Amino acid sequence: MSVFELFHSLQYSPLLVAMRASPWIFAVIASVHLMGLAVVGGAVLALDLRLLGLGLTRQPASYVARETERWLLAGLVVMVLTGLLQFMCFAATKYYYLTSFWVKIAVLPLALLFTFTVRRRVALADAARVRPLWNRVVAIASLGLWLTVGIAGRLIGLP
Amino acid sequence: MTLLSVCEWLGTTRGSIALHESLHVFLIVLGIHVLTLCVFVGTAVLIDLRLLGLALRRAPASEVVARLLPWTGAGFLIMIVSGALLFYADPVSRYQNIFFRLKMAALVLAVANAALFHRTVFRRVAEWDVDAVPPRPARIAAAVSLVLWAALITLGRMIPYQKYWFEGG
Repeated sequence: MSVFELFHSLQYSPLLVAMRASPWIFAVIASVHLMGLAVVGGAVLALDLRLLGLGLTRQPASYVARETERWLLAGLVVMVLTGLLQFMCFAATKYYYLTSFWVKIAVLPLALLFTFTVRRRVALADAARVRPLWNRVVAIASLGLWLTVGIAGRLIGLP
Repeated sequence: MTLLSVCEWLGTTRGSIALHESLHVFLIVLGIHVLTLCVFVGTAVLIDLRLLGLALRRAPASEVVARLLPWTGAGFLIMIVSGALLFYADPVSRYQNIFFRLKMAALVLAVANAALFHRTVFRRVAEWDVDAVPPRPARIAAAVSLVLWAALITLGRMIPYQKYWFEGG
């Protein structure tokens, strides 16, 4: 089965055909996707700002990391589920042809991998053992990766 | 002079027409409006979670507010400016859009809720600053805030659907 055939079978599966028949369900899913975005954005930003020496500077980065992690995960679960549904709605007639979609598919795993390996380890490390410059590099890389995912996502939604 | 006539006049101004007819500028402003959600609602959510006793419980509530609220404020400013430009690009159709009107009503309520919180229970923050779970009025304000921002997001996302749902496409 080719990628296109897979996308086509997703878009025309009975569940998705039924979903598209409802005029408001896509709008509701898109709204929930944005609520997930707010939570993910807040969780990512709080720790990246802290690593940059901004925001919650009176708390150790490790504490900010631990406190925001479960909200980040919750937001990501919401975003992935609602994102998959939006993708499946128009997989073969829209997403397949969009460069921004493929950019998002490529960069999202990178952002996730970076967040839950390098960034997590640096944030949870003993503050005395991490050079401040390293914190900054990690925060800027994180912001760059997530901003790329966000912009690509926004481009998918353009008319 | 009615609001509608003001909107009609606004829509005939040069800037409004230029923004309306621009291919990229309008979409860039829209993109900024959507993505600033992360800064604005994102930091507001964290403050609300602290006030609900659901996150950052070890940090004093006043510290979380003091350190994050400037970011919420900066995000809010970008939201208002980009939102005003989106309105300016098509004033009459925004004015006549039911979701836009409801969104503005929700915005007024959300700002009023935040102002009320800062003028009442937050005035006495010293009494409960280090409590893991703040007093009930603070939790209510935070919950109301979360509900209203979620409503604002939903209503904003619905604005383009008015034609589709109520005017036969």
